[in-house]
Amino acid sequence: MTPEEIINPANRVYSRPRLLTEVNTHYCPGCSHGVVHRIIAELLEEMGLEDRAVGVAPVGCAVFAYNYIDVDWVEAAHGRAPAVATALNRLWPDNLVFTYQGDGDLAAIGTAETIHAANRGENIAIIFINNAIYGMTGGQMAPTTLIGQKTATTPYGRRVDLNGNPLNISDLLAQLEGTCLVTRQAVHTPAAVRKAKAAIKKAFENALAKKGTSVVEIVSTCNSGWKMTPAQSNEWMAEHMTARYPLGDLKNV
Amino acid sequence: MKGNEAIAHAAIRYGVDGYFGYPITPQSEVLETLEAEMPWETTGMVVLQAESEVAAINMIYGGAAAGKAVMTSSSSPGVSLKQEGISYIAAAELPALIVNVMRGGPGLGTIQPSQADYFQATKGGGHGDYHLIVLAPSSVQEMADFVALGFDLAFKYRNPAMILADGIVGQMMEKVVLPEPRPRRTQQQIEEQCSWAATGRHGRKHRNVVTSLELDPARMELNNERFQRTYAEIEANEVRFATHYTDDADYLIVAFGSVARICLKAIEEARAQGVKVGLLRPITLWPFPKAEIARLARQVKGILTVELNAGQMIDDVRLASECRVPVAHFGRMGGIVPNPAEVLDALYNHFPEAKK
Repeated sequence: MTPEEIINPANRVYSRPRLLTEVNTHYCPGCSHGVVHRIIAELLEEMGLEDRAVGVAPVGCAVFAYNYIDVDWVEAAHGRAPAVATALNRLWPDNLVFTYQGDGDLAAIGTAETIHAANRGENIAIIFINNAIYGMTGGQMAPTTLIGQKTATTPYGRRVDLNGNPLNISDLLAQLEGTCLVTRQAVHTPAAVRKAKAAIKKAFENALAKKGTSVVEIVSTCNSGWKMTPAQSNEWMAEHMTARYPLGDLKNV
Repeated sequence: MKGNEAIAHAAIRYGVDGYFGYPITPQSEVLETLEAEMPWETTGMVVLQAESEVAAINMIYGGAAAGKAVMTSSSSPGVSLKQEGISYIAAAELPALIVNVMRGGPGLGTIQPSQADYFQATKGGGHGDYHLIVLAPSSVQEMADFVALGFDLAFKYRNPAMILADGIVGQMMEKVVLPEPRPRRTQQQIEEQCSWAATGRHGRKHRNVVTSLELDPARMELNNERFQRTYAEIEANEVRFATHYTDDADYLIVAFGSVARICLKAIEEARAQGVKVGLLRPITLWPFPKAEIARLARQVKGILTVELNAGQMIDDVRLASECRVPVAHFGRMGGIVPNPAEVLDALYNHFPEAKK
């Protein structure tokens, strides 16, 4: 193919989704957020949801998610996204309401809101980015930080006696009667990306069908916080993170 | 009916879209009445018992962000928990109504009446430079009426409003005339009135984002300046107060809420003894009736503030009086409510010359 043929729109096989805004993101190169944002933008477009999708952004690295996906958004206080989403959906029940939250937001400061929204079976989709670290504030320990993992607040590695155990919150959420889908996915390989997209699609479909709360955990990387290259991060994630957080459906009814 | 029940009935009749709350004495009747009335069957109003006051106020944030008329109610310790969310609601310039039926503090304190959250309500409460519109009802009728007033002001200025009631007004039973029911706003009305709201785009060309975050200092300062312009406009337009016997008063009592009614009784007794005392009852605690107090401070010989706290509103009365006359405080705490004779004693103690 000549360059002219390649840039011919008719021959294009990959491009920016229409709902992914044309701005540079603030994410570090190699971060999983960009891939997940793209999946959401693709799905909202493919499913024809741009007119009735409302996202709830967290506090953490994804705080500016509202700058990147071209639908209505509400930026929540730290951890409160499921409470905000509860009202957004109950008051506009025809809208697709989804939250986008990190591990600190969802599994530490917002644990109560997460569990109770899921237990009520709010018809929302929760996209949960688990990268086992607080990226935005400079790499401190998260509730999901692995034993032995070094962070800014566990400089010698996380210890059970000092810091407690990593929290498998998706396993907890799968026990609740209000959840209809709880699944753990990743975006470190093209195959994983395709599976993650299918999972998020199911979550959106469940919310629209009012089947209850769907939780899609994306086991993710934070190469800056982990102090690795993007490629090393993907390898480390596949080896260590998935051992503690195995990929696959925990619940799919 | 009780003041708390009046709030619930007034909310349904006003066409409130959603109530989110958590039980706490002495205001649980608001949620109980709403659940018993089942307004989701009639007006379509959403009522939800949240898992905490923190969750409830963030539901208010979400509902208000979506252009809906939403409210919560709580009492002092619960309202402390809500402060983060209230700060976000103010910062995101969202209309909402928050009811605080005050009980005694600090800490878990007591379930008996108090007015000790005056500072919290009028000086911010949460972090950052912001103000709530604060309404202080002194009767069950005003509990009902201030639901509409609170929402009207909140939507007019895109700023949260608070009904700051004390446990007496919440629990007291009086006759009340409820407002005529009106329908909730339609989707089209909401989208017209709240063009900024995250309702879902529904054909809108641009996305709406409700946020309080702005990392660029120059732009954040512009936001802060915009908030301050709103507060200045509210201060210029929305001061509300009631006066009794102030035309010829030599002494002035300033009191709000149920305490103002006790003071009125004391004033009538003083007048029977030939002592000319008047009452100023702030209805809006923020904006505060500064001009009227400044005017009366040129007329009277002394001012007594009577509050169910250790002396909070007295600071604002002193500032407003520009120190032209002595300003004294009389208050009871711990859930004790003074009777008219105590108020009169306090007046004569602070201003012995009044009796002559």
